[in-house]
Amino acid sequence: MASFAHTVGAQTYRFDSLKDLMAKASPARSGDFLAEIAALNDGERVAAQMALADTPLTHFLQEALIPYEADEVTRLIIDTHDKQAFAVVSHLTVGGFRDWLLSDAADETSLRLLAPGLTPEMVAAVSKIMRVQDLVLVAQKIRVVTKFRGTLGLKGRLSTRLQPNHPTDEPSGIAASILDGLLYGNGDAMIGINPATDSIASICAMLEMLDAIIQRYDIPTQACVLTHVTTSIEAINRGVPLDLVFQSIAGTEAANASFGINLNVLQEGYDAGLSLKRGTLGQNLMYFETGQGSALSANAHHGVDQQTCETRAYAVARHFKPFLVNTVVGFIGPEYLYNGKQIIRAGLEDHFCGKLLGVPMGCDICYTNHAEADQDDMDTLLTLLGVAGINFIMGIPGSDDIMLNYQTTSFHDALYARQTLGLKPAPEFEQWLANMGIFTQADGKVRFGNNLPPAFRQALAQLG
Amino acid sequence: MNGMEKPPVDPQNPWLQLRRLTPARIALGRTGTSLPTSAQLDFQLAHAQARDAVHLPFDHAGLSAQLQEGGRDSLLLHSAAPDRNTYLQRPDLGRKLSDESAQTLRDYASAHPGGVDLAIVVADGLSALAVHRHTLPFIKRLEDQMSADGWSLAPVLLVEQGRVAIGDEIGQLLGAKMLVMLIGERPGLSSPDSLGLYFTYAPKVGLTDAYRNCISNVRLEGLSYGMAAHRLLYLMREACRRQLSGVNLKDEAQLQTLESDDEVNMKSNFLLDPPPA
Repeated sequence: MASFAHTVGAQTYRFDSLKDLMAKASPARSGDFLAEIAALNDGERVAAQMALADTPLTHFLQEALIPYEADEVTRLIIDTHDKQAFAVVSHLTVGGFRDWLLSDAADETSLRLLAPGLTPEMVAAVSKIMRVQDLVLVAQKIRVVTKFRGTLGLKGRLSTRLQPNHPTDEPSGIAASILDGLLYGNGDAMIGINPATDSIASICAMLEMLDAIIQRYDIPTQACVLTHVTTSIEAINRGVPLDLVFQSIAGTEAANASFGINLNVLQEGYDAGLSLKRGTLGQNLMYFETGQGSALSANAHHGVDQQTCETRAYAVARHFKPFLVNTVVGFIGPEYLYNGKQIIRAGLEDHFCGKLLGVPMGCDICYTNHAEADQDDMDTLLTLLGVAGINFIMGIPGSDDIMLNYQTTSFHDALYARQTLGLKPAPEFEQWLANMGIFTQADGKVRFGNNLPPAFRQALAQLG
Repeated sequence: MNGMEKPPVDPQNPWLQLRRLTPARIALGRTGTSLPTSAQLDFQLAHAQARDAVHLPFDHAGLSAQLQEGGRDSLLLHSAAPDRNTYLQRPDLGRKLSDESAQTLRDYASAHPGGVDLAIVVADGLSALAVHRHTLPFIKRLEDQMSADGWSLAPVLLVEQGRVAIGDEIGQLLGAKMLVMLIGERPGLSSPDSLGLYFTYAPKVGLTDAYRNCISNVRLEGLSYGMAAHRLLYLMREACRRQLSGVNLKDEAQLQTLESDDEVNMKSNFLLDPPPA
């Protein structure tokens, strides 16, 4: 294990290992203080960033932050590393890599070819010496396009997951939120329910309902009920129509074990989903959720900083060619990300790191009521991620998730991003919105239809 | 549709009918593509109330006086988190007693040897508002329902800046056979005063959540005091019989009410009715 040192004037800072150096170079956040691995002061942090900038990228292939023998995620990272793809940057230090990413040499094509040559630790390292504008600028160059019933991640597009949660999974309550969202043009990434109850009967009933709605109204989207991967496998075995296979994942084997999964279980879920062949345009069908702090909260972080642990989760994700990966950035609470400033930076880091690794990143731009954050912070992060080219965000009624008790982006928030940044939904869904008379977009303007779509007017008449 | 469109004032708008199907913030209308002013300010108020609940100081003196009026003794304890900001960033400190409070409990235990059957702990958690509102009526309901069990009780332990696991240390120091914690849950936008109940049999330092049973969302608009006390007593009696708590002690009282899940027909809703011909 190497030790690192950096001298500023008369003072020399020493770092025991690459893991220690990475943790101390990480921009300040409460989770790393909680883990007692953060820099002691701002001076030490920048000294660590300078030492990290001088570290050759090849060093990351020699010193594992979590030992190869002890962790299957490390083994996945090392065993699948593409040395040929890496060659184009293999001579660089972390600092040189930042310069390269910002230069014209890094464009959509070269970055796509480079992705399999990068390890999460290299990507996390370079993000630690980048400012917000660097994270936005580089991410904006990258496209990660995935397909199932719609095409996500194209340039100039922003998709939304319609999240119609209800505290007791009441079908008509879920349907009401779905219709509300569709009428605001949300739902092209998926219609995805977080169930309140985890019984297999209830999960299967929700999957049947989503499938029936998508078929009845011919919506070019995909359905997901966010239950444990083993429950999804069980639903598939029972013959239930299931589009996307969900699972929360983390960046260490031990943290994944706390979720009741490992790489084999994820492979089984992926295989089960593929066996249904339900995608019409493509077969990207895994949906993963992640978030900084999850490894620490499971006491499974091995002394590695939370942002690096998070980036390792994207190595897990990309192995299964996911449809979407969602960093649920502010959900975990202020002991990991204390305030709006920390949440905003973390969201941009996660999006950048995921995209650089070739992962189709979205972000649940969110906060809880005990964090020092509010709607202004979410507007800021939404705007920045919109500029950075994020694949998808959440859409829920009025920003208020009445089941999970947190705030995320609303149906209206997505419309704001469409208006200000000219971002359109996935092309198939854009066409459906036009056909239904919900809205069209031109010259940055969203133009709503004059009337409720006849099919939905008929459905509403049922309530009269 | 140019300019302001505001369903709430348009009786002809069938969209509004959706509102009676869910407490979610649907059919809010829009101005341009943005939220109308009233919906925007309603949200800000709900968030302000939730934030205020998080930062409301625990009025332990007031609660102690109210308990005394009902003939119940209480002891004031403090976690190792000195203030709210520390508490929010250091969950580990909220899970253990301050040195002084630990000594207070040791002194109490040596003056009252032999342990107790049940310790009731009240911690502010993330909403002092929840414990201010629900502690007295809930404890009264619980005591009424468990009077026949004849369990010996510790004074009510009031904990400032406490998290759930601090109950383990309290229970161990008191030699309590069972421990029930009433704690303010993380406030939601429409639920600033939700109370959580955590039950542990044979509490001791170092237990994980797998050893606890949780009953959540106790508040006027949520789970009633009566139903919460009923489920808690079921757990306590089963725990005494089987000498355990947590994941191995399933909440059959709850499971009975959820069995109807098997009959749920999710296809029956307005988006899918009537079925296609």
